Amino acid sequence: MKIVVCIKQVPDTAEVKLDPKTNTLIREGVPSIINHDDKAGLETALQLREQHGGTVTVVCMGPPQADVALREALAMGADEAYLISGREFGGSDTYATATIIGAALKKIGYDLVITGRQAIDGDTAQVGPQIAEQLKIPQVSYAEEIRVEGSYVIVKRQFEDQAHVLKVQMPCLVTALTELAEPRYMHAGGIVDAYQQTIKVLGFEDLKGLLNPEWIGINGSPTNVAKSFTKQAKGEGKILPGLSVDEAVAAIMETLIERHII
Amino acid sequence: MNKDIYVIVEQRDGVIQKIGMELIGEATKLAADLDEQVVAVLMGKGIADQAETLCQYGASRVIVIDHPVLEHYTTEPYAKAVHYVISTYSPNIVLFGASSIGRDLAPRVAGRVHTGLTADCTGLAIDPETKLLMMTRPAFGGNIMATIVCKNYRPQMATVRPGVMQMPAKDAARKGEILRVDAGLSMSDMNVKLMQVVHDDKKVVDITEAKILVSGGRGVGGSEGYQPLRELAAVLGGEVSSSRIGVDSGWIEKNRQVGQTGKTVRPDLYIACGISGAIQHLAGMEDSEFILAINTDVNCPMMKLADLGIVGDLKKIVPKLTEAIKAYKENQRV
Amino acid sequence: MDFKLDKAHQLQQELFRNFAEKEIKPLAKEMDEKEEYSQELLAKMQKYGFFGIPYSREYGGCGSDTLAYTLCMEEVSKVDASTGITISVHTSLCCSCLNNYGTEEQKQKYLRPLIDGSKIGCFGLTETNAGSDVQGAQTVAVKDGEDWLITGSKIFTTNSGFADTCIVFAITDRSVPTAKGLTAFIVDLKKTPGVTVSENIERMGIRAASNCIVSYDNVRVSADRVLGPVGKGFKIAMGALDCGRIGIAAQAVGIAQGALNEAIKYGKERKQFNKPINSFQNTQFKMAEMQTKIDSARLMTWRAALAEDEHEAFGPLAAMAKLLASDVANEVTRFAVQSMGGYGYCREYPVERAMRDAKITEIYEGTSEVMKMVISGSMKLK
Repeated sequence: MKIVVCIKQVPDTAEVKLDPKTNTLIREGVPSIINHDDKAGLETALQLREQHGGTVTVVCMGPPQADVALREALAMGADEAYLISGREFGGSDTYATATIIGAALKKIGYDLVITGRQAIDGDTAQVGPQIAEQLKIPQVSYAEEIRVEGSYVIVKRQFEDQAHVLKVQMPCLVTALTELAEPRYMHAGGIVDAYQQTIKVLGFEDLKGLLNPEWIGINGSPTNVAKSFTKQAKGEGKILPGLSVDEAVAAIMETLIERHII
Repeated sequence: MNKDIYVIVEQRDGVIQKIGMELIGEATKLAADLDEQVVAVLMGKGIADQAETLCQYGASRVIVIDHPVLEHYTTEPYAKAVHYVISTYSPNIVLFGASSIGRDLAPRVAGRVHTGLTADCTGLAIDPETKLLMMTRPAFGGNIMATIVCKNYRPQMATVRPGVMQMPAKDAARKGEILRVDAGLSMSDMNVKLMQVVHDDKKVVDITEAKILVSGGRGVGGSEGYQPLRELAAVLGGEVSSSRIGVDSGWIEKNRQVGQTGKTVRPDLYIACGISGAIQHLAGMEDSEFILAINTDVNCPMMKLADLGIVGDLKKIVPKLTEAIKAYKENQRV
Repeated sequence: MDFKLDKAHQLQQELFRNFAEKEIKPLAKEMDEKEEYSQELLAKMQKYGFFGIPYSREYGGCGSDTLAYTLCMEEVSKVDASTGITISVHTSLCCSCLNNYGTEEQKQKYLRPLIDGSKIGCFGLTETNAGSDVQGAQTVAVKDGEDWLITGSKIFTTNSGFADTCIVFAITDRSVPTAKGLTAFIVDLKKTPGVTVSENIERMGIRAASNCIVSYDNVRVSADRVLGPVGKGFKIAMGALDCGRIGIAAQAVGIAQGALNEAIKYGKERKQFNKPINSFQNTQFKMAEMQTKIDSARLMTWRAALAEDEHEAFGPLAAMAKLLASDVANEVTRFAVQSMGGYGYCREYPVERAMRDAKITEIYEGTSEVMKMVISGSMKLK
C-alpha cells in the first residue's frame, strides 16, 4: 500500500503577535512547524504502515525552507520525501495549488492520499478536496478515525452533530483532523538518517507534462487578493487588577445587572 | 451570461440548517445591489415540502433536487447535483455554508467547474464599479483580513460561517417559484459506502445558538475544572464552551470548541475563564457583544480584548459569582 | 571553524527541547519530591533514541555524535538535572566502555540492547573508601574455573535501582598496584544471583535519579563478560570518565541556562518599586554576566565534544569544560534564587531545585580538585 501524505510548512500562528504600536503582525522569530492537521495525517500514515506494510511518502509544496519540514517527516519515519518548488508555482490560490500537487501525485503514484483538513495560515480547507477532484478520486474529509481493510479504507467522518462511518475503495483521498492521532516525536537517529537522504525536488520542468501551465501561479489562480488589512482595534475595555474575590464578584455583578443580563 | 445568486441550502437528517436562511438573507442584499434574483438550491431525500419555507425567508425561486442517493451527505452525489445546477443555470454567485459539509462540497464543486472559491467569509459586498463580489475573510490564524475577488471565472463562489450573517425576517405570505429538477443522479453515483451513522449520546449542543457562554481555557486545568463553569452557565441560562486546549486535552467535547478550527460565536456575553486569548481563539469570539475575562495574567491578549477584565483566580471567583447570582435571583423573585 | 550548529544538529536540538518542555518538565518536581524516576518517561526517551545518541547505527545507536549528545544533555537538564545524569551515566560511562573495548560479540550482545533503547546501563567504580582515590578500591574478582567471582560493594551507582547492565571494576591481581590490577566486568544486575541493590541514597539534589549501593556477594560472571584485557580496568575507567565529564559539563550548562531563563521570565512580570525587576540596571548587569559565563561554558563543552568526535586527545579539554561549567552552574543557580527572592526559595518554582542539583556537578565523575589535577598534569608544569 502506497500512502502519500501532503504536508504544509506554516508559521506557528499561535505564536504570532500583533505589534500594538503599528497594528501589524510581528512575523520574525515565529517558528515554522508542520501544520497540525497534516502531522496527525502523517502519524496515521505511519501507524497504518506499521499495521499493514507498504510505504509512506511525504510531499510538500513550498519554498526551499520547507526542506526542514520534510526532514522532520523523514525523522518521524516516512520512507521518502518530495519538495514541490518552483518560481512558476508562486502566488497560487487553492485551485492552482491543487493543480500542481495533483500533477506531482500523478507522477509519484498513490493508493491513499492523506492531507490535513486545513492549514493554520490559509484556513481554507480547500486544497484537499480540490486535489481529489483533480485526480478524480473519492474524498472523505474531517476524518477522526481511519482503518484499512484490504483495498478499502474505513473512515469515521465527523459532522457537527454526528459521525458517519464510510467505506471507500482506494485510490482515494482523506483529509485528517488533528484529533485523528497524537503525532510521535522525531527519532534522534531518524534525524541523522533524514539528513543523509536525498529529498527529491519537483519543479516546473518535472511536472509540466502532467498539468496545464495556464492553471498555475498567480495567473492561473481564479481568485486574487484585492486587499488585506488588519482588523479594527476594539475600543478600550476596563481591567480591574488587585481585587479580592468578593470585590471581583461585586464588580461583575454590577456589570451583569447594568447590562440586563440578570 | 451568468446571473443570479444561488444559495446551497444545507440540510441534515431532513432539517434545514439555519445557515441556509442566513445566506438567503445575505444574498437578498447582494441581489438588490446587482438587480438580480436569489435562488435557493435544496437537495436531499423527501425534502421537497420544505422548499416553501425558503421562499418565506426571501428566495424568489427554489431548485429542489430530491433523490434517495442524497439522503445522507456524501461528496460525489451532492457535487454532481450542484455541478448540474451550475452548468444548467449559469449562476453569477453561489454561496455555501462553511460547515463541515460546505467545506467538503464547495471546493470539490469549484474544482469541477474550474472557478474560484473563497472560504469562511465574514463579509460579502458588491463593488459598485466592477459589480464583482468582494469576499472578505480572516487569514493568518485570524489576525489579517483579506478581501478576495474572482475576476475571470464564473460563478463566483464563497462559503460563509454559520452565525456570522443575520437571519432575515420570515414572511409567511411570501411566495416563490419551486422547481423540481432531475440532475441525472443515480444510486451508483455514490462512490463511498455508508456503514453506520453514529450519534453523540449526550444532548447535542450548538454553542453558536447560545446567548451566554461561559468558556474555559488552560486555567481550568482539567475536566473537573469545568464543573463550576457549568454551574455558572446554568444559573445564567447559558452554555459552556472551551478554547482549543480543553478539547485537545480531552477535558470537554469538540462541539464546544470556540475558535478558528472550532466555532464562531457571537453571544451577548462571553465569559473567558483562564483563557489567555491566542489569536485563533479570539478569531472565534471577538465579535461577542460583551466580553468578560477572568485571568491571573493581567497582560494576556484576552485581557486586552475584554470589555471587562478581572485579574484573579477563576477557581475562587467563579463559584462565588454563581452563589451571588443565585442569591440575587432569589431576591428578585420575592 | 563554524560556531553555528548545522541543520541536522539544529533539528536534533529542537527534538530534545520540545520533548523536554512537553514530557519531562511537567514531571520534574514530583519526581524530585518522590525521589523516584518515572519508568514511563524513561521508556519514552528510550523509544526516541535518547539513550544511544553518539553510537553507531551498526550496533543500534542513532549514528549521531558527541556534540548532539551534549545538546540533549543541555536541553533535558534545563528542566530536570536528574534526567541528565540518568542519560549521561548510561551513555558516557557504561556504553563508552563497551563501545571502545568490547569484542564484536560483546558489542552485539551487550552494547546493542543498551543503545537501541531496550536496556539501561550503569557504572560501578566508586566505593566507600575509594572516591577520588580510585586505587583505594577493595572489590575483588577471583578466578573460579573459567568464571570469575566478584565480591565487594560499590556506592553511588547511578541508575542501579532499575538498570540492567553494570560495568563493575574489581581487583583481579593484588600483587600489583591497582592501576595495573583492576579489571572491568559486564554484570547483569537483575538476573545475577548475589547482586543486591539498596534503596535510593538520600541526597541534596538530583533526587529523582536512582543512586544506590550495590553489593556483590560471590557474584559469578562468565569469561565472556570480562571487558577488555584483564588488568586494563583502570585505563578503561579513566577513559570512560573523560567521556562522562563532557556529559556533566553539558548537564551543568543546562542547569545554569534553565535557571537563568526562569529568573528572566520571572523578572519580566515581577514588579517592585513600580517597575518590573528586569528594568533595574543591577539586574540587567548581573544577567549579562551570568549569560556570558554560561555561553563560555557551553563553548568549552562543545570544543571538548568535537575533539572527542575527531578522535583527538580530549581528556584535559573535558576536564576544563566540567571545571568551568560546574562552577558556573553553582554561581548562576545561586543568582537565580536570589533574583527571584522569597519565591525563588519556594519549591513552587524550579530554581531552588536547580540550585540543589548544581552542587553535585562539582563533585561526581571527578571532583573539581581532580579536574585541576588532570588539567595541570597536561600542562607540562614541571
